[in-house]
Amino acid sequence: MSTVTHPSEGSTRTDRRTPPGGRTARPGAGRNLGGRVFAGFSHLFLVVWAVMVIYPLLWVVMSAFKSDSEVIREPLSLIPDRLHWDNFSRAWGAGHLGAFFLNTVLVLAGSVFLTMLLGSMAAYVLARYEFRGNRLIYYMFLSGLTLPIYLAAVPLFKGVYNMGIVLPLLGPNRHFMLILVYVAWSLSFTIFFMHSFFQTLPDSIAEAALVDGASHTRLFFSVMLPMARPGLISIGIFNVLGQWNQWYLPTLLMQSVAGEPKNQVIAQGLIELSVNQGYRSDWSGLFAGVTMAMLPVLIVYIVFQRQVQSGLTAGVSK
Amino acid sequence: MRHGVARFVTGFLALPVALYLFYVVWPFAQAAGYSLTDWGGYSDRQEFVGLDNYVRLLSDELIRKAFWHNVFFLVTVPLFTIALALFLAFLLNVGGREDRAGVRGVFGSGLYKVIFFFPQVLSLVVVAVMWQQIYRSDSQGLINGVLMKIGLVDPDNPIAFTADPEPFLGVPAVLWWLLLIAVWSGAGFYMVLFSAAMQSIPRDIYEAALLDGAGPFHTFFRITLPLLRDTVSVAWVYLGFIALDMYALVFVMTPSQGGPNHASEIFASVLNFTAFQKGQFGYACAMGVALAIFTILLAALQLRITRRERIEF
Repeated sequence: MSTVTHPSEGSTRTDRRTPPGGRTARPGAGRNLGGRVFAGFSHLFLVVWAVMVIYPLLWVVMSAFKSDSEVIREPLSLIPDRLHWDNFSRAWGAGHLGAFFLNTVLVLAGSVFLTMLLGSMAAYVLARYEFRGNRLIYYMFLSGLTLPIYLAAVPLFKGVYNMGIVLPLLGPNRHFMLILVYVAWSLSFTIFFMHSFFQTLPDSIAEAALVDGASHTRLFFSVMLPMARPGLISIGIFNVLGQWNQWYLPTLLMQSVAGEPKNQVIAQGLIELSVNQGYRSDWSGLFAGVTMAMLPVLIVYIVFQRQVQSGLTAGVSK
Repeated sequence: MRHGVARFVTGFLALPVALYLFYVVWPFAQAAGYSLTDWGGYSDRQEFVGLDNYVRLLSDELIRKAFWHNVFFLVTVPLFTIALALFLAFLLNVGGREDRAGVRGVFGSGLYKVIFFFPQVLSLVVVAVMWQQIYRSDSQGLINGVLMKIGLVDPDNPIAFTADPEPFLGVPAVLWWLLLIAVWSGAGFYMVLFSAAMQSIPRDIYEAALLDGAGPFHTFFRITLPLLRDTVSVAWVYLGFIALDMYALVFVMTPSQGGPNHASEIFASVLNFTAFQKGQFGYACAMGVALAIFTILLAALQLRITRRERIEF
């Protein structure tokens, strides 16, 4: 608002604000006080919720540094008597968390890359090229968004199992198989999201590139894909988090046949750890395991929080 | 040229479509087929029984129970999450309001947004295992421990949390405790979402309301909320899907995955139990198809109800 209108506005406003040095007896004072009380209340409530979010996390991290007897003796304290790093090495080694991590990273590297590549290729073609069956394929991909995964569980397991007899690489308990399954199950949302993104890209640039002699493939990789970068980042974050969090598919498909060691991923391993730990009562080891599964993601999030927040919310509100 | 385009389109679609057909579409189609048989899942024997499985579904006591539990989550998860998220977003954006400068966010709102978002980036399994520890029914559990210290909970009679089948407001207590986790982990994300939507509302609208003497609550209910309609309805649809997929929590947190005594059974857990423990695969597939139909109908219904005219600004 400009300063010119200020004087006239001043008259309408005097009853609502306390001028500098004003008395509390003025009619506006109650309102101002109300505003302050409201602000105080807001802060209080926000702080309470923040504590409710942080406190459990902090409690888990701190318990991971306690010795087992201390976990039992002083379960609630946030300060361990000293830092028991051995919990971490125990969870990493004896709890096999190191191996789970490696499996998860291997699978994730392949699956996120392939999801992005294949997803944007399909979305691009479906969004920008007219051909027979275009709608049909698009809706086929879209329908995957609503179907419950549990329904497909046993046929999927059977399919993977039978495939493994012919091609061991694509059988159960194989990284490459899990990568392909993750990709297939992530395509629906990736295509849904990137489809709208490619549709908004201007035609003129595509035409210019084609006139200049670029092939369709080249047009996609050197022009369209770079232009869709914001969308790719959003959907990339979405897929990294989503696939890192997967537990049902690996639980179903990463089962070892004939006694070979299981190639578990972190989420799956953590569930087993929590079940076993109940018998062994190695609580500090469990806390260390949860901490190790939690901290990398949290740190990455804190560093890239702006991108993560805008990326994920864009994924929902699109 | 046309030939080149066709080859290009085929080349780009071949692999994604093939993967999707093999790993997603084909299992679903098979499941639908199996739902018409009495297949046990592992034997070779399977006989076509027509719609028998579906008829059985209608009179299955356990399924009826699970269905109502699903409905419970379907209503409460979006309701509580959205209400809390809206409230937090409101405090965050309007809470620091001062009469002179118009509408103001609270001090430190950026930090709050970062913190509230934490649960969203944690995997559901991490959240579940963590809450398992928080909910422990002895003095080692975070909640029980704290409450025992203050003297609010009798050490000999701790809160049982997810092992408590006693009904509360007509719903087994275990479901309420699971609901709390869902709301805890979802509220921050939707707060950020609503907050972004609130910030895109032009400030002059607020300033005008302020000049007309509207207080923060009036402003919220008369201006902010109506303008957030679209975002809220999208959130509702998404939370609906999350509510149908509470299986991870049930799986990790409840005794015998759906217990105690089937008190926390939901569609997905009954489906898994029927298929993998009872070995009635054909019947389990019929449940899956029913759930799929239910989900699709629900999505259509939600979109229909929440679709209104857009307000452009």
